[in-house]
Amino acid sequence: MNQSAVVQAEIEPAESPLTPESWGKLGMWVFLAGDAMSFGALLAGYGALRYGSADWPHPSSVLGVGLTAFMTFLLICSSVTMVLALDGIQRGDMAALRKFLALTILGGVSFLAMQAYEWTHLIHDGLGLSGNPWGASLFGTTFFIITGFHGAHVTGGVVYLSCYLTRSLLGGLKQGHASEIEIAALYWHFVDLVWILVFTFVYLL
Amino acid sequence: MADPAVMTAGPAVHVHHELGFWRTYIFSTDHKMIGRQFLFLGLFMLIVGGALAMLMRWQLAWPETAVPGFGWVPEPYMVEGIIPPNTYNSLFTMHATIMIFFAVMPIMIGCFGNFLIPLMIGARDMAFPVLNMVSFWSGLLGGLVMLAGFFVPGGHAAGGWTAYAPLTAKAIYTGVDWGQNLWNISLIILGVSSMMGSINYITTVVNMRAPGMTWFRLPLVIWSLFITAILLLLALPVLTSALAMLLFDRNLGTHFFLPEGGGEPLLWQHLFWFFGHPEVYVLVLPAMGVTSDVLSTFSRKPIFGYRAMAFSMIAIAFLSWIVWGHHMFISGMNPLLGTAFMLSTMVIAVPSAIKTFNWLGTLWGGSIRFATPMLFALAFVSNFVIGGLSGIFMASTPVDIFIHDTYYIVAHFHYVVAGIIFAMFAAIYYWFPKIFGRKLNETLGKLHFWPTFIFFNGVFFPMHILGVGGMMRRIYNPLQYEFLQPLQPINVFITANAFLLGLVQILFVVNFVWSLIAGKPSERNPWQANTLEWAAPSPPPHGNWGEALPVVHGGPYEYSVPGMAEDYLPQNQSRRPSPTLAKRHGPSGGQVTA
Repeated sequence: MNQSAVVQAEIEPAESPLTPESWGKLGMWVFLAGDAMSFGALLAGYGALRYGSADWPHPSSVLGVGLTAFMTFLLICSSVTMVLALDGIQRGDMAALRKFLALTILGGVSFLAMQAYEWTHLIHDGLGLSGNPWGASLFGTTFFIITGFHGAHVTGGVVYLSCYLTRSLLGGLKQGHASEIEIAALYWHFVDLVWILVFTFVYLL
Repeated sequence: MADPAVMTAGPAVHVHHELGFWRTYIFSTDHKMIGRQFLFLGLFMLIVGGALAMLMRWQLAWPETAVPGFGWVPEPYMVEGIIPPNTYNSLFTMHATIMIFFAVMPIMIGCFGNFLIPLMIGARDMAFPVLNMVSFWSGLLGGLVMLAGFFVPGGHAAGGWTAYAPLTAKAIYTGVDWGQNLWNISLIILGVSSMMGSINYITTVVNMRAPGMTWFRLPLVIWSLFITAILLLLALPVLTSALAMLLFDRNLGTHFFLPEGGGEPLLWQHLFWFFGHPEVYVLVLPAMGVTSDVLSTFSRKPIFGYRAMAFSMIAIAFLSWIVWGHHMFISGMNPLLGTAFMLSTMVIAVPSAIKTFNWLGTLWGGSIRFATPMLFALAFVSNFVIGGLSGIFMASTPVDIFIHDTYYIVAHFHYVVAGIIFAMFAAIYYWFPKIFGRKLNETLGKLHFWPTFIFFNGVFFPMHILGVGGMMRRIYNPLQYEFLQPLQPINVFITANAFLLGLVQILFVVNFVWSLIAGKPSERNPWQANTLEWAAPSPPPHGNWGEALPVVHGGPYEYSVPGMAEDYLPQNQSRRPSPTLAKRHGPSGGQVTA
C-alpha cells in the first residue's frame, strides 16, 4: 500500500487485496483453475470413451502398476522437498533452498526418465496411439495423450524450478523472493495432485 | 512476478520517461494501448466477417448466379463469379468463427476489458502488463493463422463454427485438409491468449481496486467483464482440449470422435457445447454491462436494482454451465436428461428478465438524453428482448425438435449475438473520447444509428418466418426444394436489407477515421458521468492518475441526487466536503474538472 493509500484508508473503507504479498500468487491460482479444466476435459472424455467401450483392456494387466506406484511416490516426495525449499527461503537459509530445490528437480527428472522408460517399453509391446493388441484403440490413445499432457507439465515445472535454482546459484535470489518460490511451489503441487488423479483413473480403476 | 508495491504506486510506474515509438505503439505494455490494438484488430476482422456474410446473402437471394465484380476470383474458390457449394460452406463457417472469436471478443473483452478495468477501478495498469502484451500478440497470431486458412489448398474450414465430428475429423468428409487444421491451431493459440487475459482481468479486479472501491461500488460493466473473465478461464481450456483431440484424429490416426475406431462423435458435441454455451454469455455479458452503464448515465438516474443486476449476471454465469444440452436435443439423449436441460435453460429467463426489467426501471421517469451511445444501448435492449423471447421457444424440447437447425435459430442467435454489435457501438461512441481524446461526430452517429437499427431488423426478423417455413440453417440453395420456393422473396428482401446494412457502416468508418484525426478534442468528462475513468485526462497518460490514486467515496450511478447542484456525483468526489481533504488530494482526488 502506498503512502496516499495509507492516508486514505483512514477515510474510506478500502478492501485489502486478496493476495497482498504478491499479485503473482493470485495469478497462479487463476491459471491453475483454468489448467484444471484442460485436464478435466481430458479426464471426462476418457471416462465417456471408456464407459462407452465394450473391449476396454483392464489397465493393470497392461500397464505396469508397480513402477507407476513408485513414480507416484517419487512425485509426492518431490512435493515434500518443495515445501522444505520454500521453508528454507522463508527462513533466509539459502543453502537449504538450493539443496531442496535441487532434490525437487531431481525428483521431477527421475519421474520423467521413468515415464520415458515406461513409454518405450509399452510402445515396444505394441501399445500405439491408434491401436494396440489388447482391445479398444482409444485405450492407447487416451493413455498417451493424458500421461503425455501431464509429462509436459512436469517438464515445464522442471524448467521453471531450474530457472530459480540457477538464479539462486548466481546469487540473484534473496529472502525477499520467497513469494516467487511459493508461486512455483503452487504449480508443482498442482502437477503432483493432477498425477494422483491420472494414476487413479488411468492405471488403478 | 513483480512486487505488488511497484505495481500499484511505486515510483517505477508513474515516472514519465519517454518510451520510443516501438514501446509506445507496437510492443506496448500499457493497458490503454493494448486496448486500442485489440480495437483495431476487432474492427478489421468485423469488416472481414461482414464481407463473408454479404457473399452468403448474394448466394441465398440469387443462388448460383455470378456475384457482380467477383469474376476475377480463381477456381476453386469461385467459378466465374459463382459461389460453389464448398466455398459457401467455408463462408458460413468462417463468418461465425471470425465474428465470434476475432471481432466481438477482441472488441468487447480485449479492447474494453483492457481499457476500462484499470481506469474504472482506479488502478494504474493491469496486474501483469507484460503478460497483457503477450496476450494481444498471441491473439493477433491466432488471427493471422485463421486468415491464412483462406489461402491453403482445399480452402478454409467448412464444417460450421461448431466443427461437429466426424464431419471435421477426416479431411475426405469435407474436402478440407489444412483449412480445418489451421482453424484448430488458431483457436488453440487464441485459447492461450484468452487465458492470459483472464489471469490479468481477475487478478486486477480482485487485488487492485482503489481505496474505497468496494465490490458493490464497481460499475456493472466491470462486474460483467470480471464474470466474463471467469467464464473464459473455465470454458476455453475445455475447447482447447477438444480441439487438440480433433487435431489428433485428423493427423495422427486417433479415433476420439470416429466411431470406426470406437470413438464417440457425441463426445465432441458435449465438449464443444460445454464450452460453447458459456461462450455465448462471454459474448453477451459485457454487452449487458456496457448497456447498464450507458442507460444509467443518459437517463440521469441510478441504475434500477444495482445489486440485483450484479447477482443476476452471476446467476446467468452459473446457469451457463448446466444448459449445454439444449444445443443437442435432436442429437439423441435420454428424455429425462433432455427435460432437465429444458428446465435449466428456461430458468435463465429469470435473471435475464430481471436485467431487462431493471433497464426499463432505469429509464422510467429519467431525464433521458438521446445521444448516440444511448440510442445504440436502447437498440441493444430492444433486440435482446426479441432474441431472448425466441430463446424460450427453442428451450422447449417439443418446439426445438421442429425448429432445430432452421433459420429460426439463425434469427434467434443473431438477435442476441449480432445484437451485441449495438452494445459495441454504444461502447465505442461512449468511450471514444476517453480512448482517443476526441469526440465522434454526433450527427454522423445518429445517421449511422437509425438505418443500422432498421436494416438490422429487416435482415433478421424475416428469418423467423423462413425458419418456421422450414428453411434449413446451412442450406446452399433454397430453390432446390419446392416447398421453399414461395419463401424466396423473403430471402431477396433480407439480402437487400443486408447490403444496405453493410453500406451504412461506411458512415461509421468515415466518422471513426475522421474523428480520430480531426475530431473535436474532448474534455475529461463529456457525458457528465460518475465512474472513475472520467476523472482521468482524455486520453489518460501512462500511469493514468498522476501522483495519487483516486479515492472512491460512493457508488457508480448516483445521478440526480436530491439537494445537489449538479445532476451527477462522481465516485471520487467526497460526500463530506472537507477543505483539508481537497488540499491533500488535489484535483485528481477531490473533484472533477469538466
